[in-house]
Amino acid sequence: MINFEYARARDVADAVRQISADPAATFIAGGTNLIDLMKYDVARPMRLIDITHLALKTVEETANGGLRIGALVPNSDLAYHPVVEKRYPLLSSAILAGASQQLRNMASTGGNLMQRTRCFYFYDVATPCNKREPGSGCSAINGINRINAILGTSEACIATHPSDMCVALAALEAKVHVAGPAGERAIAFAEFHRLPGDRPEVDTNLKADEIITAIELPARGFAANYSYLKIRDRLSYAFALVSVAAALELEGGRIKEARLALGGVAHKPWRNAEAEAALRGQPAKSDAFARAAEILLRDAKGFAHNAFKIDLARRAILRTLAQAANATPQIQSSKKIR
Amino acid sequence: MDDPTSRSRFRPEATSKPREISVTLHVNGEQRTLAVAPWTTLLDALRDRLHLNGTKKGCDHGQCGACTVLIEGRRVNACLTLAVMKDGAHITTIEGLSADGALHPLQQAFIDHDAFQCGYCTPGQICSAAGLLAEGKAKTADEIRELMSGNICRCGAYPNIVAAIQQAMGAMGSKS
Ligand SMILES: Cc1cc2nc3c(=O)[nH]c(=O)nc-3n(C[C@H](O)[C@H](O)[C@H](O)COP(=O)(O)OP(=O)(O)OC[C@H]3O[C@@H](n4cnc5c(N)ncnc54)[C@H](O)[C@@H]3O)c2cc1C
Ligand code: SF4
Ligand code: FES
Ligand code: FES
Repeated sequence: MINFEYARARDVADAVRQISADPAATFIAGGTNLIDLMKYDVARPMRLIDITHLALKTVEETANGGLRIGALVPNSDLAYHPVVEKRYPLLSSAILAGASQQLRNMASTGGNLMQRTRCFYFYDVATPCNKREPGSGCSAINGINRINAILGTSEACIATHPSDMCVALAALEAKVHVAGPAGERAIAFAEFHRLPGDRPEVDTNLKADEIITAIELPARGFAANYSYLKIRDRLSYAFALVSVAAALELEGGRIKEARLALGGVAHKPWRNAEAEAALRGQPAKSDAFARAAEILLRDAKGFAHNAFKIDLARRAILRTLAQAANATPQIQSSKKIR
Repeated sequence: MDDPTSRSRFRPEATSKPREISVTLHVNGEQRTLAVAPWTTLLDALRDRLHLNGTKKGCDHGQCGACTVLIEGRRVNACLTLAVMKDGAHITTIEGLSADGALHPLQQAFIDHDAFQCGYCTPGQICSAAGLLAEGKAKTADEIRELMSGNICRCGAYPNIVAAIQQAMGAMGSKS
């Protein structure tokens, strides 16, 4: 790890002041992604601003029936929070599908959104990578791209966003509250992460001098009909090749409202309004599920080692929607896909 | 700050070496004060500075669990924790689990079930299992396996590790 200075932020205003004052500084929360990247020399901050002492550690119900989750709430506490377990079990399930309990104890809500891609070449500083060194080229496009994206890719980058939690947050249409020198603002979850385009070094629409303060969930939690299914190379403690978050509201066997988000396939949790619209009003049966999968994957493009993901995603979508419709959500400790 | 992202790799030429920072850690019930560089991980501080070599370094990247310790009773990976960020924290390592010369029920259970071969992952397994018992979320063997997945055993002692944890769970009465 390279040398760096260490500073502590007292409160949100102080954190914003410190980050604005030093373009070579970075926030640190749980450290599970940043310290890893620093050990590989991928991240090279000159100063770490420790935000773990800020008062952003509570989960509170909001006036409009939703939930406000502080940016420093650990992933494990969030997954096991009684209100989340009861009203937003999709979020609990997605969090528990990720990393290990040790890492979830350390990882923060804000840090989970900001974690960077696991693309092998991003981590390997001996290889070109547009995300790490803008303009150097993309080693993955013609390299080992088994774990890379099939949707929303660009010629500059085919990386995926690795988070499980974010796939659920996308399906639940969370809002990201941030603070910066110009004050506070809220970013819709769909607008938070970006597609790579020709600026793959920019992962999100958070500005460099802004801090995430909270995630807000709307009242609707889809607690009755949901499932999070994660497919990976080993049964636990591995990133998703493909994951699916499905949330349905049913009325007399028909789908009233549908949310479908994919992980492991794009630079951001992937949703498609047309696919969700195709589910609404339909009987909650495989015909409708297949139609939604077809629309969602219509523009999918495989590379030398990851074309299998297209078929895998199609099957995972069908299975997850069926699990949601039947109210038999995937249990993360059970390795049998129900 | 117009370019939001080059932040992470932006680095003017070498800086002077930042000052060491004094931290106090309560390790296994003992108060220890030491000066550390900001980049010293808790794992390196425990092993190289406090000479508590029970905690192991496997991967140094959060991928194996050999470095698992308890901070305020919660299991974490010491290799991804900076010592400066844990000033004032209460830390338990494998050396601190036994009390009054008696082995912790998990230590005894690992011996009873032969839950190791080379033993390198064992301190991390046992500290992780102690965290798991305190959490009270695992009841079945499937749940133990899932919630212990952050601890890799290269010798593949997994079945015996699960059996050992089940024994300790019975002996201690699972807290939930
Ligand atoms: C071995 C391993 C396996 C993993 N497996 C999975 C998995 O299967 N699924 C999964 O989803 N994740 C997985 N993870 C990733 C883990 O979830 C993330 O590393 C974690 O969520 C990051 O949170 P943190 O608080 O530790 O972030 P940090 O490492 O502290 O920070 C990460 C980034 O976020 C920024 N940041 C942090 N907080 C804020 C804030 N409030 N405002 C603005 N910026 C902020 C930091 O500046 C930094 O750039 C794994 C990690 C490891 C090491
Ligand atoms: S896919 Fe993106 S992250 Fe991976 S090598 Fe190409 S530019 Fe880098
Ligand atoms: S040494 Fe910390 S997880 Fe491997
Ligand atoms: S006993 Fe050898 S690695 Fe687990």
